[in-house]
Amino acid sequence: MIVLREPMRVAMALITTMVSLGAIYGLLGVHFIAAFQVLIYVGAVMVFMVYVIMLLEVRERVAQHKYSAMLIPGALAATMLLGVLGISVWRGADGAMASALTTTTEFGIAEFSTAFLRDYWLPFELTTVLLVAAIVAALAVVKVHRKHHG
Amino acid sequence: MDRYQMLLWLSMALFSLGLLGVVVRRNALIMLMCMELMLNGANLGLVNAMSVNRDAAGGVLVFLVFVVATAELAIAIPIVLLLVRRTRSLDLDTYSELKG
Repeated sequence: MIVLREPMRVAMALITTMVSLGAIYGLLGVHFIAAFQVLIYVGAVMVFMVYVIMLLEVRERVAQHKYSAMLIPGALAATMLLGVLGISVWRGADGAMASALTTTTEFGIAEFSTAFLRDYWLPFELTTVLLVAAIVAALAVVKVHRKHHG
Repeated sequence: MDRYQMLLWLSMALFSLGLLGVVVRRNALIMLMCMELMLNGANLGLVNAMSVNRDAAGGVLVFLVFVVATAELAIAIPIVLLLVRRTRSLDLDTYSELKG
């Protein structure tokens, strides 16, 4: 995704990544999150993205640079972040994960839904507010543009 | 080294690659997709913790990340569309007239 030039190829790579992540979720035993990953990300978000890529149809100039001026600092920063996170995972996750693996109870959608709607109902409701705000904001952006152009 | 640690590394690598893409690329749409990659990396870490701890909190956070990703795209895509209609380009450097 970092080296591909065409946005459509990047989108295809991202879709492949998301489907693979869905497979990993399924293998971890959380099937409902795997289903939602495929449904929401691949089915909605990426289809939207691919439509936008096809809709825009902007031909970039061939001689244009693919990377911004921040290529070397960005690569340095990403490498440093990778190193710091890798060291912390290497140090921290050894004992805690192994001890937690003894419990093998099935964690299905029934338990999850019960906990979601009983203990975490406030985030669930705030989610709806966030979605409404996002829709209103998107409409406002489009409206401002229409008014600007008459 | 168990598989959960491997998955944690994978999520970390996804996040770093997404950050690298956001910083390095010039195309606005590709930057948006790299942001999605970062969210996916965070999601993998959350699902990993959820399946280790058998706890619903990770799943709730994963759903919040789904919603945030959807809302982010719902706002970002119209903005990108307007910018492209204005400058006929996806290059971020052509948007430099927006400053100030």
